[in-house]
Amino acid sequence: MSTAVIVLAVLAFVLGLGLAVAARIFAVNVDPRIEKITEILPGANCGGCGYAGCSDLAKAIVEGKAGVDACPVGSAEVAEKIAKIMGVELSGDKVRKVAIVLCSGDDQVASKKFYYNGIEDCASAALIFGGDKSCKYGCLGLGTCADVCPFDAIDMLPSGLARVDPERCTGCGKCVDACPKGIIKLVPIDRKVHVLCSSHDKGGKVRKICKVGCIGCQKCAKEAPEGAITMEENLAVVNYDIEIPESVAGVCPTHTIVIRGEHLEEVEASEEAKAAGGAV
Amino acid sequence: MSGRHFFGGVHPEYHKEMTAGKAIEAMPMPEKLVVHFAQNIGSMPTPLVKRGDQVKKGQVIAEASGFVSVPVHAPTSGKVEAVDMFPNPVGAETLAAVIAPDGEDAWAEGLNVEQDTDSMNGDQIKGLIRDAGLVGMGGATFPTHVKLSPPEGKSIDTLILNGAECEPYLTADHRLMLEHPAEILEGASFFARVLDVKRVIVAIEKNKPDAIEKMKKAVEVKEGYSVEALDVVYPQGAEKQLIFALTGRRVPAGGLPMDVNVLVQNVGTAFAAYEAVRFKRPLLERVVTVTGNGVAEPKNIRARIGTRFEDMIDRCGGLAEDTVKVISGGPMMGVAQYSLDAAVTKGTSGIVTLRKDEVVQFVSDPCIRCGRCVEACPMRLNPSALSIFIEMCHFEDAAEYHVTDCIECGSCAYVCPSQRPLVHHFRRAKAEIRKMSRKAG
Amino acid sequence: MVEEEKRKKKEDVGPRFLVSSSPHVHDRVRINKIMMLVVIALAPAALLSIYLFGLPAFKVIVISIASAVFFEWASRRLMKRSNTIGDYSAVVTGLLLALNLPSTAPWWLVVVGNLFAIVIAKQIYGGLGYNPFNPALVGRVVLLISFPVQMTAHWVMPSRWGTNAVTTATPLGKAKESLLSLGHIDVHLTRTDVVNLLIGNRAGCIGEVSVVLLLAGGLFLIYKRVISWHIPVAFIGTVWVMTDIFHMIDPTRYADPSFHVITGGLFLGAFFMATDYVTSPITHKGMIIFGVGCGVLTVIIRLFGAYPEGVSFAILLMNALTPLIDRATNPVVFGSRKKKAAG
Repeated sequence: MSTAVIVLAVLAFVLGLGLAVAARIFAVNVDPRIEKITEILPGANCGGCGYAGCSDLAKAIVEGKAGVDACPVGSAEVAEKIAKIMGVELSGDKVRKVAIVLCSGDDQVASKKFYYNGIEDCASAALIFGGDKSCKYGCLGLGTCADVCPFDAIDMLPSGLARVDPERCTGCGKCVDACPKGIIKLVPIDRKVHVLCSSHDKGGKVRKICKVGCIGCQKCAKEAPEGAITMEENLAVVNYDIEIPESVAGVCPTHTIVIRGEHLEEVEASEEAKAAGGAV
Repeated sequence: MSGRHFFGGVHPEYHKEMTAGKAIEAMPMPEKLVVHFAQNIGSMPTPLVKRGDQVKKGQVIAEASGFVSVPVHAPTSGKVEAVDMFPNPVGAETLAAVIAPDGEDAWAEGLNVEQDTDSMNGDQIKGLIRDAGLVGMGGATFPTHVKLSPPEGKSIDTLILNGAECEPYLTADHRLMLEHPAEILEGASFFARVLDVKRVIVAIEKNKPDAIEKMKKAVEVKEGYSVEALDVVYPQGAEKQLIFALTGRRVPAGGLPMDVNVLVQNVGTAFAAYEAVRFKRPLLERVVTVTGNGVAEPKNIRARIGTRFEDMIDRCGGLAEDTVKVISGGPMMGVAQYSLDAAVTKGTSGIVTLRKDEVVQFVSDPCIRCGRCVEACPMRLNPSALSIFIEMCHFEDAAEYHVTDCIECGSCAYVCPSQRPLVHHFRRAKAEIRKMSRKAG
Repeated sequence: MVEEEKRKKKEDVGPRFLVSSSPHVHDRVRINKIMMLVVIALAPAALLSIYLFGLPAFKVIVISIASAVFFEWASRRLMKRSNTIGDYSAVVTGLLLALNLPSTAPWWLVVVGNLFAIVIAKQIYGGLGYNPFNPALVGRVVLLISFPVQMTAHWVMPSRWGTNAVTTATPLGKAKESLLSLGHIDVHLTRTDVVNLLIGNRAGCIGEVSVVLLLAGGLFLIYKRVISWHIPVAFIGTVWVMTDIFHMIDPTRYADPSFHVITGGLFLGAFFMATDYVTSPITHKGMIIFGVGCGVLTVIIRLFGAYPEGVSFAILLMNALTPLIDRATNPVVFGSRKKKAAG
């Protein structure tokens, strides 16, 4: 009995000593601000800022490597709080940015060049002739963007398109990097008019393969304020710095230009109709 | 040493009987030829023609754009009707010249002239081979003159002429060996002279006894030449596996055959070298096996580069209604086509058609770890573990498990009872790893 | 006619060809074919057992397979996943579990065993391919620990169609009992005993009794390349060598190797359970390590543990080590420099 007690006591002492020494030797002086900022950050560890997680960003902010508003997800409030901790002034208003998929060519309106058989993932599908869509710029609809979205803000429509919910989207930009076609863009949330096409093909070719593709007719560019919509290689591209009146959408002969809020409602309604039709 | 076997491998159904007994026949001139500029691995040659140009047979229509690049020539005389994007059998659409033949088939000046080869030195031979636009014709399309230019300090002591033709269905090389054995050996002798190689081995799988016999007879008069019969197992014709089976030498992971003093050339390339050096004829045509149950009359066809697949298939009696796959190359490593507008390139060894009931689709069931892929992999990789890593997007782990050493032979996916698209996974991982190293670098 | 065809072609705007990554051919051996071969390999031993133990054995087998398939179907449905009963893996699990039960097992015992095997050990992990432990063995071990009486107390000698069943103990059970009560074993195998043990005329689980037919089934699987020889040979060989060593040290306490090899569930375990793809190593080298590990653990449990039989526990313990073994024995890529330095 007594030996056991002695052995345990000695053991406890030795181990305790070891721990104490280790704590001295390996001690890391952590800036208390890092912990504070980490607590303020959203904690989703989405990586949208380019760092390996929220605590990594907090460290970068404290070390001055990243700005106090470096978190693309957090609201202005978050940036303000961090600025307070760091003792700096926050410069200017920051408009929240959200992602948008610049393609509306779903299976009903865009043709396919072959039946695809392989991994259900856009990056893999794109390795085979650039994917099964006739349009080499179009959304492949296999959901790689939805898979990487840490906020579950991207829905895959049954008709083969990805759609971002601007309410849930935080603008972290993960989908932008993941999309093998590079057709997801971050845009200011208050901009409503969008050209939902990324095709640089000539109008004639677009007409053949997609009913809602931009044919490069330039009507919108003429209708919109100077420089708000520019033509880049047969494609109308929106300059989000300039506000565009919603009436511009009306001139597009292929209905490629949409007003975001209304468009989402429309899509939802048609999806619901389809689902109801499928149930009958 | 011969008869030695590499690790792994599979035994697919070969179906070579469909065309093995059929002599090579010439393809009549089609109405138009679609000649792609991107026909070699490396940098794409620079186009020299535009719409409306008249070209002569053998005229350079795109010039080499660097060391690892070769010129492209007009396969016949005629008019350039368009320069635009067309489906390239190995990838997406690439730039190609559409040539409408004028029916004269008139050679450009200075070509198609018999040369005095005895007086040539190595550099002259190499120059002719480069100017003729030669690439590896087994399907890899690596510029031949680059292979003939080992860097300082590397010497080649063995030249292997690859006549294994281990891909199922294909018989183009087989027929070439039967019909042109002497020409192939002369082409090989040019390679041997460039590199000062004394030992030349013609490697043929045992399922082509007639070709072995023919080549054996042909090498009798040549000193240092021999013919080796190889076991029939796929992928016997893959470079590293072939070298190991014949010489016992292991090409280091990530290395090249020249690291073990060996050069491997396809028999088709040797034949093209014969034409290029002896007659100064650029690479304008090649033998293509058009086969499979999707065509009524399978054939071995000598076709101009640029002949559309549709014309090739029509020559073989047209495509059966329920043909669902048309493959450029063999069924193990070839590329399934989406359009018959794809045209023959320098690397097109065959067009294989598969009907509905012959096609097995990938279903991507979970890996049951049966280990068949591990047994089949000739590179001794672990496709099971690799595919599981890649499914979870753990590309670093895949790199650590040497996915970049995968030769994409398809043996693993061929035997996978879960029908997982393993090669597709590995291509994905390789692409991601390239992307990561680009970012890092 | 031709005009019509042309018009049809024009109207047909959909794509024509199927495109996928290479390879474009497959050997057409799929999971269900492999599973069917396993069932065929087990069939002779199962049929003989029905002949020996009669109707009760038949009932256990039928209930077991039916409940396994039902649980597979039901759990996939509840989890909203694809239906997988077509791969026949549940049939194999149900059959293997039945063969690991005594013929006297009541129907509810069989159902509970399959519930654990299919739902807990397999589907909760994600289904075939994701389960870390052999489902049939998990089912058996759960039953063995939870219902020891039903699992081990009612062994019967074979007696056609279950009439006049004589309760007895298994050979291994007898050996353990006498070792515990008398301090030495009382095992003397006569020629008739050996023959009875080989053909299965003895007490035991439904499927473990006929060594000869199990061996035939195992060889059939090796011939068909469904399994490789590495695990069974390493497993049985290790049991033989280890029991031989102990037998030489003290023959009064430890039975001779032939007794250990042909009694108990060694053949069933070595050929059909340890070789389960999902839960055993993937390389040949790993398989040998796995087989040896199974053998060592089996002998330790049989000779020194509380249970007379240790095959199931040994395999389950080695299942847990499989990922480690896989990591340690990952094949060395062809032409790798590491290989050169090593050899």
